[in-house]
Amino acid sequence: MSVPLMSRAGGRDPQRHGPYGPRGRPGDGPRGRGPRGNRQPLGALFVTPYALFLVVVFAVPLGYTVWMSFHRFYFTAPGTDVDAPWVGLSNYRDVFTDPVVLRSFFNIAVFLVINIPLTVVLSLVLASALNSRLPLRSFFRAAYYLPYITASVALVAVWGYLFGTDGLLNHTLGGLAPDPSWLVNSALAMPVVAVFVTWTNLGFFVMLYLAALQGVPRELYEAAGVDGAGRVRTFLTVTVPGVRHATTLVTVLAVIKGSNLFTEPYLLTGGGGPDHASASPVLILYQKGIEQAHPDFAAALGVVLVLVVVSLSLIARRFTERKEV
Amino acid sequence: MRRKTGAVLLALALTGVSTGCARTAPDSTAAASARGPITVWLSNNAQEVAWGEKMVAEWNAKHPRQRITAQQIPAGKTSEEALSASIVAGNSACLVFNTSPASVPQFQKQAGLVPLDDFPGGEKYVDGRTGERAAQYRSEDGKFYQLPWKSNPVMILYNKKIFEKAGLDPEKPKLSTHEEFLDSSRKIVRSGAAKSAIWPAPSSEFFQSWFDFYPSFIAESGGKQLVKDGKPQFDTPAGRRVVNFWRTVYREKLAQQELFPGDSMAAGKAAMTIAGPWAVAAYKDTIDWGVVPVPTSKGLPASETHTFSDEKSVSMFSACRNRATAWDVLKFATSKKQDRAFLDATGQMPMRPDLLGTYEQWFEKNPAYREFGDQADRIVEVPSVAGSVDVWQALRDRWTASVVFGRERPEPALRDASREISELLDEY
Repeated sequence: MSVPLMSRAGGRDPQRHGPYGPRGRPGDGPRGRGPRGNRQPLGALFVTPYALFLVVVFAVPLGYTVWMSFHRFYFTAPGTDVDAPWVGLSNYRDVFTDPVVLRSFFNIAVFLVINIPLTVVLSLVLASALNSRLPLRSFFRAAYYLPYITASVALVAVWGYLFGTDGLLNHTLGGLAPDPSWLVNSALAMPVVAVFVTWTNLGFFVMLYLAALQGVPRELYEAAGVDGAGRVRTFLTVTVPGVRHATTLVTVLAVIKGSNLFTEPYLLTGGGGPDHASASPVLILYQKGIEQAHPDFAAALGVVLVLVVVSLSLIARRFTERKEV
Repeated sequence: MRRKTGAVLLALALTGVSTGCARTAPDSTAAASARGPITVWLSNNAQEVAWGEKMVAEWNAKHPRQRITAQQIPAGKTSEEALSASIVAGNSACLVFNTSPASVPQFQKQAGLVPLDDFPGGEKYVDGRTGERAAQYRSEDGKFYQLPWKSNPVMILYNKKIFEKAGLDPEKPKLSTHEEFLDSSRKIVRSGAAKSAIWPAPSSEFFQSWFDFYPSFIAESGGKQLVKDGKPQFDTPAGRRVVNFWRTVYREKLAQQELFPGDSMAAGKAAMTIAGPWAVAAYKDTIDWGVVPVPTSKGLPASETHTFSDEKSVSMFSACRNRATAWDVLKFATSKKQDRAFLDATGQMPMRPDLLGTYEQWFEKNPAYREFGDQADRIVEVPSVAGSVDVWQALRDRWTASVVFGRERPEPALRDASREISELLDEY
């Protein structure tokens, strides 16, 4: 005969249900007020400025972007009366038949394939190392975070000198240096950008993992030790599952950051070169919308990019988050 | 009740935002005869700014009620981006002394420009000051939306010391024909005198072709524009000779595929550069330089070589509320006297016919600029066609793929570019 959990435990099981009960929500008090009963006018007032900010800065421009993507549209001076005829999916057709756009999505795929595993593995390993009792631990934590808060332009200049034809790396490699050099080599430009972005963002993701590691109970490590698990085994069976939620967050953020890549190809590879081999969709969006004055095309590309990022994030979440048993 | 309050709050916020962002346009009829203070924008070239400040001071001293406020064009990757944004925002200056002719069709489409023909004597003034070349600056509707102001005839500047180090004659360098240019370049690179013989930007921005393909094509074709009567003119034997010449330059690593972060000739990394007289200010104190025309396959004499103008115009923008004053300022700033002051300050060539004769004394005092002054009579402009930026971008994409990176053969790439540009011109 099965026994109800509450009866067996002699009350609420805090580990299973959390502090707010089985359907735990902060507003659900003992009197069991319904959803309408939870309304707090003061809370709504506090939330209003940010809600308005979201509407004005995100929702309205997003709606306008979607509208533009279905019209033949260009920006004009104030007071100018010009037609913006409905063109249906024409802008989307232009986007999907533009070889440079297709190339940019391929480039982003290459980027993500390199960047995401590298980011997740390196940041978790480094966070685990920095979480243990290391000499100069604070120094290393600050050192890994430094590239994240340094101006991209300065970092790009340093990497330009490192990976340039006459750069430090090629001097070191001598005859083994690639020809054409890294940043003007169609096969190597995007991987270099991916490694560069991994390095600059690593500090931020290490911080996320460090925070998540504080939530892994020490008892689990002790139990693993008692069971005779070595360091690697403990890492794989205790640490990795223990920070799964952080891994989801890191993956989703890496997907979003990677899909919005702009500064690095703009500066490091001279505008997505060589010959668009490191162009990103956002860079193309800028070139088409601003440089070449085709905001309707850029809007359609922007909408496609939003859909791609949302899809990739959902897929990433599905892969990294499993239902707890 | 709460729902209503929320809706009212949202409506008020959106009204506030939309009011704050509202853009107003001046009434064009009233603005055409209105006088009062105006703003002008100058490029960020130090010499041009110095000239502009003097010109403004002179004007302001005589016109206290129609004062000019001068400032540099707001920062952007290019002036054109900043100008386009200012048109949309409705806060452009009245006059901009750095308008690229390639962007004029786009600004015109955005209703951002005032036709100068609308002012009494406007067309006559543009024609009179510019001479026969004015025709290249008429828009497709037959009007002038720009006053051709100054040119920078593109030529080959070279570093005499590097030439000497490479065993080349620095006073009479052999750079006239494509073959001579290639031979000299090989000597420079193989001797180690410089890393690169020449280092044009290999990147894909639409305007970069103005400093490699276009001057070479103009010289090789005897002065043809990229497009004429709605048809591309470059998929020809002259165009093919030019792409093959440049492909050899890149294939033999006489030019680099990597973008140089700065001025490669000033840094001593390249022996030559393609530039106009604006660049002289950067070299005159540090480099012993010489100048020759752009090479051609047969080696035309300088007096018969045409080149790209790298011209900048003055345009009046539709946000201007005191256009009568702006028109007077435009004529004042481009008068013979001010042009002389401009030449003195910058070394750039005012767009006047017979420049050498008009400012004979100045060229006698500054013989280094004589070659540019002479070349200024044989300059060719970008075509003034709708979709101009798209046209240049199509050409540039094919150029980088084929000539710079060798991913396609240059001649078929040229043919593809020509076909794409024909389609673009038909679309517009």
